[in-house]
Order: sequence, then C-alpha cells, then structure tokens
Amino acid sequence: MAEFLRAYLTVAVFAGAAGLLVALLSTLGWAVRPSRPSRQKSIAYESGVDPAGTDFGQSQVRYYIFALLFVLFDVEAVYIFPWALRLEGYGVFGLVEMGVFIVILALGLVYAWRKGVLRWV
Amino acid sequence: MIAQNIAFAILALVATLAALRVVTTRNVVHAALYLVVVLASVGALYVLLAAEFVAAVQILIYIGAIVVLFLFGIMLTRATIGVESDLDNDQRWIAAITGLFLLGVLTFVLVESFGDDQLPGLAGVSREELTAQRGTGAVGDAIFSTYLVPFEVISVLLLAALVGAIVLARRD
Amino acid sequence: MTGDPLFADGFDWVVLAILVAKAVIGFTIVVVGVIFMIWFERKVVADMQNRIGPNRAGRWGLGQTLADGIKLIFKEDLKPDRADKPVFRLAPYLSVVPAFLTFTIVPIGGVFTGGNDGGVELFGRRTWMQVADPPVGVLFLLAMSSIAVYGIMLAGWSSGSKYPLLGSVRATAQMVSYEAALGLSVVAVVLLSGSLSTHDIVAAQAGSIFDWNVIATAAVPFVVFCVAATAELNRPPFDLVEAEQELVGGFHTEYSSIRFGMFYLAEFMNTITMSAIIVTLFLGGPAGPVLFGPPLIWGTLWFTLKLLVFLFIFVWLRATLPRYRYDQLMDLGWKRLIPLSLGWLLVIGAISIGRDAGWNRPLTLVGAFSLGVISWAALIGAMRVAKLRRGGDEFGELSTATERVG
Repeated sequence: MAEFLRAYLTVAVFAGAAGLLVALLSTLGWAVRPSRPSRQKSIAYESGVDPAGTDFGQSQVRYYIFALLFVLFDVEAVYIFPWALRLEGYGVFGLVEMGVFIVILALGLVYAWRKGVLRWV
Repeated sequence: MIAQNIAFAILALVATLAALRVVTTRNVVHAALYLVVVLASVGALYVLLAAEFVAAVQILIYIGAIVVLFLFGIMLTRATIGVESDLDNDQRWIAAITGLFLLGVLTFVLVESFGDDQLPGLAGVSREELTAQRGTGAVGDAIFSTYLVPFEVISVLLLAALVGAIVLARRD
Repeated sequence: MTGDPLFADGFDWVVLAILVAKAVIGFTIVVVGVIFMIWFERKVVADMQNRIGPNRAGRWGLGQTLADGIKLIFKEDLKPDRADKPVFRLAPYLSVVPAFLTFTIVPIGGVFTGGNDGGVELFGRRTWMQVADPPVGVLFLLAMSSIAVYGIMLAGWSSGSKYPLLGSVRATAQMVSYEAALGLSVVAVVLLSGSLSTHDIVAAQAGSIFDWNVIATAAVPFVVFCVAATAELNRPPFDLVEAEQELVGGFHTEYSSIRFGMFYLAEFMNTITMSAIIVTLFLGGPAGPVLFGPPLIWGTLWFTLKLLVFLFIFVWLRATLPRYRYDQLMDLGWKRLIPLSLGWLLVIGAISIGRDAGWNRPLTLVGAFSLGVISWAALIGAMRVAKLRRGGDEFGELSTATERVG
C-alpha cells in the first residue's frame, strides 16, 4: 500500500472503531433493557394530546432558499481554497481574479438580500 | 497495488449496488440516501487515485450541499414515510433502453480516448511528489493558468442560477 | 509538505501496531473527555446558577455521566409507530462517527520549535502526535461537519412526528448557513500557512505568539470561526434546534434509551473536537513556552490548557446568553459573518501579497481598509436609495428585527 493511502487507513480504522462503539452500546442496550410495548407508547409525542393530522407538517419553503444559497457559497469556497494555498505564487494577478470572482458572487448575495429572501418574518 | 485493487473492487461493488437501489427503492428519501452512498463511494475512489482535493469536494458539494438540498426539498414538500405508489411510471422500458445506450456511449468514449493507458501507480511515490502533482495546489495552478476564463465564467453561471432560483421561489 | 514519518518507509507490523495504538489513544481521549465534559458543564452551570450540581455519584459527582449512561442503557427503547425504522436506527451513527473522525486531524502535542517537526519516538519509529494527517486536513474538517448535518436531519425526519421534523428542518438550515461562514473564515488561516494540513498549520504558528493565527489574521476570522462553530454545534445561544419551549426536544424528541444517549454523547464530543480545532487553527495548538523539564510534556499541557479555556467559554455562554431568534440567527450568518469573512479574506490576501512585493505596509493596510469601507458604504447607500425610492419598509432589510420592534 502506498505511503499516501496509509494516512487514510488510520482514518478508516478510527471510523470503524467509532461505529463499533455505537453498535456495541446499542447491542448492550438491546440485551438488557425491558420491552413492554403498548399502543400508547408508540404514538408520536405531541405535548400529551393525540397527534393531529398526518405524520409530517409542511414547513415554509423559505428554509429552502438558504440551502440553495449554501450550494452557491460551498462551490465558491471550493474555488477559494486552492487559490489561498498558492496566492503567493499568483501575486496581484491572482488577487484581482479572485476579487472579481468574489464580487460577482457577492452580487448574488446582495440580490437575495434586496429581494428580501434573507428576511425572516 | 493489490490492496488498492481490493479496495477498488469493494468500493465499485458498493457504488453499483447502491445505484441500483436508488432506482428500485420505493421511498424518495431512501433513494436520496442511497445516492449519498454512491457519491461517497465515488469520493473514496478519488482518494484511491490520490486525488484528495476532488474527493473532499465530492463530499463537501455533492453530499454536503446538493443531496442536502434534495432532501430538504423533499422534507419540506412531501416527505411521507413508507412506500409511495406513484414513484414508478410506465416508461421504464424506454428508460432502460436509454440507460443502456448511455452506458454504451460512455464505455466507447472511455475506451476510445484512453485505451490501454495506465495511471502512474502510487507505490514508491513520496507524499511530497504526489501533493505537487495531484494536490490542491496543483488544482489551483491549473485553474489560474489554463482554466482562468472558465473559472470566471463559473461565477457568472452560479450567479445566474441563484437569481433564477430566487425568482422561482419568491413569494410574490 | 511532508507526511507523517511513520508511513515514509515500509509498512510492517510495528507500523500497524503504532497505528492501532494511536487510534486507541485518540479514542480513549475523546471518550474520557466527553465523560469529563458532561460533568464539567453541569457542575460549572450549577455553580453559575448558585446550585450545587451533581454531587452524589462519586467524589464531586464525577461519576454522574457514567451513572446516567448506565441508566439510559437499562431504559426501554421506544419507537413511534410511524417512524421510518431503518433510518431511525441509522441516524445516531451519522451523528457519532463524524464527531469522532474530526478529532483525528487534531495534533495534541509535539515540539515544533528549534527545527523540530513535531514528531515523537514510539517503538523506535518517529510519528506525529495526531491520529492522521490528511493533506486536505481543513477540507476534511468541513466534510465531516457536512456529514454531521445528516445525523440531525434524518433523526428528525425518520421520527414521523411533527416537533422533530420542525427541529431538524431548522437545524439543517442553520447548520448549512453557518458551515458557509465556517469554511470562508478558515481560508484566511490557509492563506497564511500555505497548507491545508493541520500539522503544517500548527508548525507555521510555532514561533512567537505573534505567529498565532488569531493575531496574524487580526482576530476577525477567529471571531467569525468561533461564532460559526457555536452555531454549527447547536450550542447556546444558537440552540434553536432543541428550543425546549417551542419544540420539546427538537430533532431527538422521539428518541429514548441509549439511542438518545448517542445524540447527547455526539453533542458533547463535537464541543470538545470543535474547541480542539479552534485551538489548532488559531491558537497555535501545542505552542507555548517551555518552563522546565522535557518540552514534549509542555506541548500537550499547553494544548490541554487552551482546550479547557474554550470548553469553559462554551459553558459560560450557555449559562449567560439567552437564545437567539431565528431571524436574528439568519441575519447574523448571511448578512454579517459571510460578507465579513469574504471581505477580510481579500484584505488579508492584499496584505500578504503586499508584503511579498515590498509595498509600503501601512499604506497597503490603509488602502485595503478604506477600499473595504468604501464598498460597504456604497452597498449600504445603494440599498438605502432603493428603499427610499420604493417607499415603505418592503426592502427594509438593513434594520435588524430588534430595531424594527424597538
């Protein structure tokens, strides 16, 4: 196995150990806990009264806009990281290029701001 | 090299099985979760190729942002738990034929352009060399030399996508 | 950029043993740390509220966490009948595993000054005092925090109940929003260190206290990162995810028994790892003066000390601050932190290029700063004008909700 991959082997071992911990605790709980199911216990909790309507409540779509904005800024961050690593090599040219990139994307944020989709009322 | 091949086989198998489950499962949220498995396996394949930056991007963007967006859309609109009956429609044979055709085209393109080319192995290559060749910095160098214009165009593209989404999602 | 010397030569049983030993040590640190942290938080909050806090289980109530854990294991496990069972079982794994994995990239000690590379001798091999050092370290951190979103999102959805669903929708929107701010504030650190690996970032801060990124980046990214991290952890004052008065327990309302314990564990584990990450990225990690004796011990000691300070601050915040409203939370994230970190990034970039090119330093600073102020003023002005022209408060985005109320 190449040198490069061995560091990830450690990560994999660690992830396996963490998953094993959860599995062990769950199994232990399963082995020792009592189980006396009743109709009442398996009803979804709604502050003590019988649940009303179906199992899910529709939420506002405005949450969705934030996930959407996040996609945009995540993609932006992905371009910024390699730039930040090598900025010294790129000099002023790199700075200006990234400045243009950031400003164009910031326009998107300004647009969302001005259109009021960031407002939460 | 053997360890890498075994890892590749396992990951490829996981990705394929999960991809099959994406289209056969009868619950939209489960389908999205199987999609996460597919994307994560592909990310792990990138790690095997020492393309760590691409792997990180795969997890950050596809799993962390895009599938979250999918799931979010599903949860906010019709996240019913359990089997849904109206997921399939009667065009499955046409879809299967299209899928096979696409597979054929992709295979042909891959074989045609790469043939018997082999990636340089990772064995015996030090981490410094690998990082210099395939690391994040190398990606940055490519962006800021060869792909500079596409890079700036992408910002406009993202802006257009955002504006379009806001126009669609606004209340008024 | 070199890798861990442990992996430089061949791969034999000794290397594998060290690897497993490191995993076991890291694992133990996290688990013991969590047990300590839960006790610490309860005790300190109790002290701040003039209560005694846990004092029955063991000396000073130190065994309280263990007692609670054992109690939870023996409790009946309830699943709502409308729950999506497989996903309901999967969600705790998705919360706990990323919390553990983030800790792998934290260097918990080592000597970085005087030409040392932070390695220690173990069974005749040199290795670094961190479980793993992927070259994309910082991106690894971001990737893990984006996977952690799934645990909460799926726990809420799969419960088949309304409060958890509302809680998880809130949580997801909050966590992705602040993840953007988190990512953009780290870039300043990457820019100065010239590397994504946490080991290299710590090594770059090893000199004097002025090399610490909190000072080298002029504190702004540090503040943004700390605020974003608190929101990412769903800790007070950003704990809207489980606002008891509104959502009962938020995403874990329907969880009981040890399954609930998992989420509880993951929450405190995340607090510890995030504090450790803050120390690593901004406060030099194990950097600190060696007073006497072997320098190796002092590295770990300083690291632990800084970590404890942050853990205390997180508890302090919880005991002191009231919860944010959702609109205030989103305002802070999108209208303050993200523009601030983007702008600051360009300023830092300009300063670092100016230093290389031999520009006049104060002039660069003043120039960059005034450019920032001018563009900010232009933005504000444009929005004010737009608001005036439209008339009314339709685009009154600049006044915060509190101003509007008051």
